[in-house]
This record gives sequence, structure tokens and C-alpha cells, in this order.
Amino acid sequence: MQIYGLGLLAFCMIVGSTIGVLLGKLAGVQGDVGGVGIAMFLFIFILQYMEKKKKPLSEEASKGISFLNAIYIPVVVAMSANQNVVSALSGGAVAILAGVISVVGGLLFIPLLTKLEKKISKGGDDQ
Amino acid sequence: MTILYDILVKNGLIGAFLFVAVVMFVSDRFAKLIKQERMSSAIAIVLGLVAAYIGGIYTGGKNGLSDVAIFSGIGLLGGSMLRDYTIISTAFGVKMENLKKAGIIGVISLFIGVFFAFIVGAVIAYIFGYRDAAEVTTIGAGAVTFIVGPVTATALGVSSDVAALSIAAGVVKSVACMIVTPLIAKKIKLDNPTAAMIYGGIMGTTSGTAGGLAATDPKLVPYGAMVATFYTGLGSLLCPSVCYFLVKLIL
Repeated sequence: MQIYGLGLLAFCMIVGSTIGVLLGKLAGVQGDVGGVGIAMFLFIFILQYMEKKKKPLSEEASKGISFLNAIYIPVVVAMSANQNVVSALSGGAVAILAGVISVVGGLLFIPLLTKLEKKISKGGDDQ
Repeated sequence: MTILYDILVKNGLIGAFLFVAVVMFVSDRFAKLIKQERMSSAIAIVLGLVAAYIGGIYTGGKNGLSDVAIFSGIGLLGGSMLRDYTIISTAFGVKMENLKKAGIIGVISLFIGVFFAFIVGAVIAYIFGYRDAAEVTTIGAGAVTFIVGPVTATALGVSSDVAALSIAAGVVKSVACMIVTPLIAKKIKLDNPTAAMIYGGIMGTTSGTAGGLAATDPKLVPYGAMVATFYTGLGSLLCPSVCYFLVKLIL
């Protein structure tokens, strides 16, 4: 049944968020530290475990997850319609420069780090 | 007319689906018209931002279009609950091998990302005349993400207009990330899971990376999102402590 897919995902999200908040408390940070990331790991782990046990997720349940995949971009569009764009623009030059430069500058790091990653994995392969 | 108004207000979420469907349809048609079909998501996201601006001007509120009564459902459809739920679902096709390959570099990217963004924000604050260590740190924290900014502001006790400035910087970063990413993705080879994880670590804004990757290649979203979700936590830890300490030393 399609809802099983939604239910599995919901389970992962709730467990992940709980662990995230606990981690936050341990680290003295209010809120959720990586809860979504933890939920994703849990989800992937459960799916791979089920594959190993030759009991993969049913086609119906997968359709439920596909539904969420399909509304992901619509959700992102709705999310952008929620942003406080007025504040962003009124922050003036400081906000705009800080925001834009940190993005453009940051993006330039990516090819550098990709090269570094290739070196790291090549080093591992040589052993 | 008031009947329609009441129905829209009472059925907010449904109205939000209609709104987003229309926006995406318009974006899709426009993208096909200008022969840039792949940009349709990016265009939709920009239209969403424009709608947010209009909503913000019209209501004077903080939540973009969802402050307008007939569009309140957008607050739910675009809120963190559904955003997180759908982001997690994108992990459906993820392979563990891709994750393991990029594990270390993901962590390295996280630290580089947080420190780089902080330094950019702090330096710009300094250039614009801010000299108080707590204020410079807060603005730097805003360049990390729009959550780390106010968290740091509270931790260091700065005034609310500096806190608001840090949020503004963070929102600009998020918006810029969404818009710029699909435009230069090819040039920086953002086309594989490892690069997406590095990207998530460097940019870190969950909404920014979600939007940016969605508009570039939706298959990359889970890889970027997975690393990005740790960014705000790391930033919240480092900015009010290590970063503040370093700024005090220098100033």
C-alpha cells in the first residue's frame, strides 16, 4: 500500500529529528543538529537492509515515496514564496554583499575540493 | 467575491497547490519559449521569490506571500515540516557507495564552508565600519546561514537591528544560492554526487542548496541536502564561540 512508503519515511523523519534535537542538547545548541541528515541515513540503511533480506520495498509503497519526490520541487517553490525577501533587499549593501560573495566565492571552492577528493581517493587506491 | 475569498482562506493548503501548479505551469511554458527547458524549476523558484517580495510589501510581514490571507496555505506547503519530509524522500535512489566515497571530503567541506562564509561576512562588516567584536561576529554568522545569524546574535547579546541584518545576509545568501547555482553548475562540474556533497558542505543553507540543486539536477538533491543539514548546527556551535574568540583577538 502506498501509505506504507509515506509511513516509513515519516518514521525516519521523526526518529532523525529526535536524535538531532538530542545531539543539539548535548552540544549546547538549541534545535535540531542534522536531524534531516540522520533521517536520510536511516532511510537509506533500512532500504538497503530490506534489499539484503530479499524483501525490498513493494512497488505500491515505492509509489508513495515517488509521490513525495514529485512534490519536492513544488514544495521548494512554495518555500521560496515564504521567504522574507523584503528584509533581504532592505538589509542594503552589507547584507547583499555578504550573501552574494559568500555564495559566489563558496561555489568557486567546489572544483578545488573535487580535485582534492580525487587525490584522496587515488591515494587510497594506491594502497 | 467574498464567497471565493472565504473558500480560499478556509482551504489554504489546497489553494497553495493551485498557486504552485500555476507558477510551475507558467515557468515551464516560459522556459520552453526561451528554449531553456531545464531552467523551468529555477524560473519557478524565482517567481516564488518575486511573489514573496510582493507579499512582503503588501502586508509588511515576514513570511512573504503566506502573510496574505488567501495564500496562507503556502506557509504550510513551503514550511519546514513538508520541506524536510520531501527532502528525506529524495534519498530514495541514493547509493551507499557514493556516500562513503565522499564522506571525508563532505566533512572537510562543512568546515571550510562555515569558516569561509563567516570570514566573508565579518570582513564586509568591518569594511562597512562595524568595529564591535560581537556585531562583526553576528554579521559573519548571518553569512553562514539565516539561522546561525540570529542564534549568534542572541548568544552574544547584540541589538536587534544587527540581528536583523544578519538574517538579511543569510536570506540573501539563500536566495543567491538558489538563483546562481543552476547558472554556473556546469562550469564548476556540479554534476555528480560527490560534487553535490561538497556543494552542500560549502553552501550549507538547507533552503538554498535544496533550491539550487533542484533547479540544476534533482538527482543530486539528497547528496547536497545530507551534508547541508549539519551546517547550521556546526555554524551555531562555532560562531558564538571559536569565531567570536578569533574576532576579539583580531579587532
